[in-house]
Parts: sequence; structure tokens; C-alpha cells
Amino acid sequence: MTELRIGVFVCNCGSNIGSIINCSELADYAKNLPNVVFAEDNLYTCSETGLTKIKNGIKEHNLNRVVVAACTPRTHEPLFRGICNEMGLNPYYFEFVNIREQCSWVHQKEIHKANLKARDLVKMGVARSARLEALEKYQVEVTSSSLVIGGGISGITAALSLAEQGFEVYLVEKKRKLGGMLNDLYRISPNYEDPSEYLQLVKKVEQQPKIILHTNSEIISIEGYIGNFYVTIKGQNKVESVEVGTIIVAVGAQVLKPVDYYNYNGKDIITHQELEKLLKENKINQKNIVMIQCVGSRIEERHYCSNICCMNALKNAIIIKERAPDTNITILYRDINTPGTKNELYYRDVRKNEVIFLRYNVNKPPVIEDGKIRVYNNSLKDDIELDYDLVVLSTPLIPNEDNKALSQMLKVPLEENGFFLEAHVKLRPVDFATDGLFVCGSAKWPVSISEAIAQAKATAAKAAIILCKPRFEVEGSTARVDTEKCVGCEVCIKICPYGAITKDDNDQVLVRNVLCKGCGLCGATCPHQAISINHFTNPQILSQINALVERE
Amino acid sequence: MAFKPKIVGFLCNWCSYAGADLAGVSRIQYPPNIRIIRLMCSGRVEPFFVFEALKQGIDGIIIMGCHPGECHYMSGNYEAEIKFNFIKKMLNFINLSDRITLKWVSASEGIRFAKVVTEFTEFIKTLGKSPIQKSKNNSDLIFSLTAMQQSMNNYRMRVLMGRKRKITEQKNVYGEKVSIDEFEELENKAIIDEYNRERISLILKKHPLSVKNLASSLDLDEKSVLDYIVWLRSKGIVDVDKIQGLTPYYISIQED
Ligand code: FES
Repeated sequence: MTELRIGVFVCNCGSNIGSIINCSELADYAKNLPNVVFAEDNLYTCSETGLTKIKNGIKEHNLNRVVVAACTPRTHEPLFRGICNEMGLNPYYFEFVNIREQCSWVHQKEIHKANLKARDLVKMGVARSARLEALEKYQVEVTSSSLVIGGGISGITAALSLAEQGFEVYLVEKKRKLGGMLNDLYRISPNYEDPSEYLQLVKKVEQQPKIILHTNSEIISIEGYIGNFYVTIKGQNKVESVEVGTIIVAVGAQVLKPVDYYNYNGKDIITHQELEKLLKENKINQKNIVMIQCVGSRIEERHYCSNICCMNALKNAIIIKERAPDTNITILYRDINTPGTKNELYYRDVRKNEVIFLRYNVNKPPVIEDGKIRVYNNSLKDDIELDYDLVVLSTPLIPNEDNKALSQMLKVPLEENGFFLEAHVKLRPVDFATDGLFVCGSAKWPVSISEAIAQAKATAAKAAIILCKPRFEVEGSTARVDTEKCVGCEVCIKICPYGAITKDDNDQVLVRNVLCKGCGLCGATCPHQAISINHFTNPQILSQINALVERE
Repeated sequence: MAFKPKIVGFLCNWCSYAGADLAGVSRIQYPPNIRIIRLMCSGRVEPFFVFEALKQGIDGIIIMGCHPGECHYMSGNYEAEIKFNFIKKMLNFINLSDRITLKWVSASEGIRFAKVVTEFTEFIKTLGKSPIQKSKNNSDLIFSLTAMQQSMNNYRMRVLMGRKRKITEQKNVYGEKVSIDEFEELENKAIIDEYNRERISLILKKHPLSVKNLASSLDLDEKSVLDYIVWLRSKGIVDVDKIQGLTPYYISIQED
């Protein structure tokens, strides 16, 4: 075995870490840990200067393990691994210690203890790094076509974008017609575009030879992994199997029907979706219109803000005002959510346009009774009574009921409300944790059309990165079976969520690396402890525990 | 000196670790006792990690994963919960089960993360120092923990843990479903039996003992000890070492 030469780089992160943790002392401490041959602190380890220091450290001190004590591996690990790789060091020889998010930022009032904790964390990281193993990434073949699920604006955009780059796309839509919610809109906020402008895209899709359209169809099974997904699509009279390299989920969402709210009746108490239809048919001539915001959202059962309803209500108010300026429009709201400079200005304009805004208290919501609306006003400390001919309710977008089934086929998670859950809200907003799967539009969270388009293009770009090459590299941190210890009991095969473990022709259990996501379930379960999890091996984890209790 | 508990947290990368990061980004303050070990999924937590940590004198252990249904590997947290309950049942025998906890924390729950850690730390403070650290005279506890650790590594126990969810949720090959109560009856018995068998084989590694000796030093009745011995002999784990008078003395013949 070659001698271990560990280098430790402690980041001050400006004052983010440095103001609480004494980084030069911490580096000195690290110098005395076993196998550490070099340690120093930097102002910003992730800056050009900091990275150069790591490179020089590797070169000058012949380091074969690199430990960085800085922020979270969830953001910066790829960067530092890349640097190791560049210097000819296997990227899996890199170890990250989090002393910012999980130390300096959260123990600001206990500086001494925070410093002790930082030492412990560094000690654990150094111990672990000594046990790290070099790993290889795997190559998989890629089928250069994609599946897009959902034919609303996001699905159409993603499909067109991929097709225009020359990739074959299977576009699957549940309904007969493409266009999704666009078909129900009268105008689009905030610029009043006619949805038909966007629906032109539908024609483009139909004419695009690279897009194979499946309407009135649903997905009934999905197998495989990045580059090689096998998808079964059930149409009206036939079932078809296709092979694709990536999958984009663009299934959108649906409008909540407010059956239990505010005496909704679909006649004089309606939703905005129904209002749009009436606007289209030019059937709005009521004198007194009251709109109520946050109906069925931001409440106990449904915590979230649906994000698009405020702008939509404002837009509909203006449309009505422009047609019939003497209509009285009152908007009852809890908070107005119009983020962005443009939308904020728009909101101010609407206020100038003689639309009345009245804030209501969620604990004393408006009541509709005897043809009138009573709403408690916090400033007056009294009820205000309003006449109405039409009440329009802003109800949230809610996830589709079949999200669950689809998520199980894709083996991706949903968040608490039932929307699809991305890998990371900021860093990987359109990716799933599973390679080759992407998500955009309101499938993930209620979004405006412009956001849906932006996200859809992002997914297409990300999918194209995979599709444009014949092969793709996947993570090396997977499970590994020790064939000496394995007795073939198959417990692992049954517990693996991805079906990544199988038996070969000789009845030997093996892990299919491309399917394995490295979760470690099989390793923690294997009755003979014959499976180790690369990069999270038992010795690696035990070394962290042991380091923690070692006395200096 | 005030008691400063050492707490180990096993956190899954996707939710809880991200929740811990969010607590950081939001500068939510919590006690500095926890040392976090990042894993990809809570399902990665090997039961013996927990016993090892306790043996080393760690005061409290907290396992965190994504909320039910939100595990990024779909079922990892369900499996983690099953293992956790096995561990807890074992630790009950030696009154240490309070020192471990399992919590669900999502990536958006920075506040909850800090709260969970604060509460657990406070709770561990009320329990006081780990009994392993408290006195030098801890060999009995170490012995029990080692027996538990080994029984968690043993085949039967691991099959039970590994198959519980599927067996109680789906039909077996004969098209039958085992009810959770039925399963847990089996499980509880297995936990006791495996723990005792491991204790017996461990103690017999040191020196030969008779059934009577074993029964008194392990606080078991002679009948059960005899049953365990018969079983252990049939598996080739212990054997008769010598016969003194009419009493056989047994010894462990298993290699390490
Ligand atoms: S990934 Fe969080 S519990 Fe499985």
C-alpha cells in the first residue's frame, strides 16, 4: 500500500467561517492528525487562488487524499473533485468537511464550542479520507431519442426544442388535444397575449417530422436507466413500446374545483378558469364583481401559495374594466403575490385603475350570505358589506391524481402535496435525482407560462447534453457484491428499489452499475454482509465514529 | 464540568442533510453537540453502526431521513424505520433505547431540523452521560451491546429485517399475506432468542460454563438456556468442553 499523504485545506469563506472558527488554528490542529502531511487555511478555497493552492499542494506535497473543510458538499463537491481529477488524483479521494452550514453559521453564539466541533468534524473527515477508495465511473450507451410526458405548454416546448436539435421525440398526451391549460385561457397575463399565439406551437409540433405524437395515450410502464429507458405507451387501440435515452416529465397540474368553498355553484360563484371561458364568449356584463384570492390554498390542508393566481386575477380585472369601465371590481386578498419588477408595476397600475383591493383576515374569511358578501376589515375593526352579481374564486393549481402512479413508474419522489420533487431546488431545479430524468412546468409547482417555457427549454438543454453523445458517464459510488461471501439468498434483489441487482447465468448475484444509485439499502440489509457500498463503506463510516470518540 | 453530550447524526443526503444546510443558510442556532455523518439515504444505516457508537460511549444517536413517501430512493426510509425499531427493541433490554431516535426532516425544514436537534440534545442532557462513560465498570454493558451488535449481524435477524416490509405488505410465494401482528410476534421472539444466543456464545468464548452457571450469570431460566445450548450445538457454534461429575460444561467453538 502506498503511504497515505493527506492534505487539509481550511476555508475562511471570507468571514462566514473565519469570524467564528479560527481557521489557521484549525489547520494547525489538522497538521497533527494521522497521515496529514500538509494543511493550510485560505480566504476562499473555491476561488481561483484557493483552487491553485490545492493544485500546488497536491503537486508539491505529493498528496494522495484531499480534505477541504468549508461549506456543503451538496454545492461544491463537484468543483473540488474536478480539481483532484485535473491533477491526476482519483476524484473519489476527495473528502468534504462542512464547517459552515453545519458549524460556523449555526453556533454563532458559542464560539468556543463551535471551534471544538470544527476540530471534531475535521478529524472525522481526515479519518474517513484515509479509508477512501479510488472508483471508476461507468460508461453507458445512449439511445438518442427522448420521451416527453404531457402536451401542455411545457411539454410542447421541450419536445420542439429537442426535435429542432435533431433528436427524435415521443410526445405523449393523455387528452385528445395538445395545449393543456392554454386551451381554457382567454388572455395571458401580464401582456394580454391571445393564447392562440402559443397554440401555434401545436401546429409546429404536428408538422415536426422528428416528433412522434401519441395523444389520447398514457404511459403504462417504464423500465431501464439513463440512455436506455424502455417505455410502454397505451393508445386508444394499440400498445407500443419505445426506447429512449431521456425522459422529461411535463404533466402540468389542474385547477382545484372549489366545491366546498364560498357556496361555489358554477353560476354566479365561479372560478377564474370559468371566468376566462365567459370572457371568451363575451358573456360578462355584471355590474358588481368580487374576486376572492387564496381559495383553498395557504390553509391547513394545502399550505402552499399557488403562485400564479394573483397575476391572473389582476389581468382578468383589467380586461373587464377595459370592456366596461363602470363595472365595480373588488379583490379580496390575503397577500398579493406579484414578484418581479414588471409584475409589481403592473399591480400598481391595476390599483390605479379603480379596482378596489380589500384585505381579509384568514381567521375571519369573507362570508357570502343573502346575496351579499361580508368581509371583516382589520383597519375598521368591522365588517364591510359588498353587493355582487358575480363572485370569482382564485383557486390553486393542484397536482394531477395520476402523479403517484407515474412517480412509481419513474421511481422518483413526489413532495408532500403530490407535485414532482426535483433533485435540488436551487442547484438542480429541473433534474430528478435519477440520471436522465427531468421535470418542468407545473408538474413541479404552479408556474406562469413564461416560467414553464424557460424550464421546458432547460430540460431540453439538459436532455440534449446526454443525447448528443453516444455514451454517458455515470457515478461510480454504487454497490458491490463480494462473491466469496454471497450465498445467493436474494434478499438484496427484493429490497433494491431500482431492480439493479440480478443473478447472472451462473446464478451469481451481481449489481448492474448503471441502475444502481448507491443508496446503500442492500448493503445495510444483506444477511451475509456481502455487499459493500462504494464511497460509503462500513470501514469508512466506522472510521468517522471512531475518530469522534478518540481521545487526543 | 457541565455535561456536554456527544451526539452522532446519521443524515440522508437528500432531505435531512439539505435541511441541516438550510438551517445553516438561515442562521438558525442550535446546540453544537451533534456531529453529522452524511449518508446517501437513511436506509444505509447499518444497525451495528448504532451499537458501535453506543459502545464507544456516544451519548445519543439521531437518524434522519426524508418524510415517508419522499425518500429519494423511494423506500429507503421505510426500511430505515424497520431497522430502527429492531434496534430499539434490543436496546430496551438494557434501558438504552431512549438514546436513539429517528426523525423525518425534509430539505425545506431548516427550522424543524434545528428544533429536532435542540430537543434531542436537551433530552439527552436530562438522561445524563452515557452509562458506558459514566463508570469504568461497564464491562457488562459492553458485553450486552456486543451481543446485540452480533445478533444484528446474524443471518436470521437480517433476513427478518430485510424481508419484513415485503412480507407484510405483499403476498408471499403461496399467495398469502402475513399480518403485521403475526410478523411482530415472530420478530419479538427472534430478537430475544438471538440476543440470548449471542450472549451465550460470547460468554462461552471466554471460559467453559454449565447450564446452571449460564442461567445465573445471564439471568435466564435453566430450561431456556438448555434450549439455546441445544440449538447452538446443532449449528456447530458451541460444544461440550468437559464433563465434571455429571454436569457438562460448554465452550464456544466458533472462530472469529
Ligand atoms: S434519501 Fe432521504 S431517506 Fe432515503
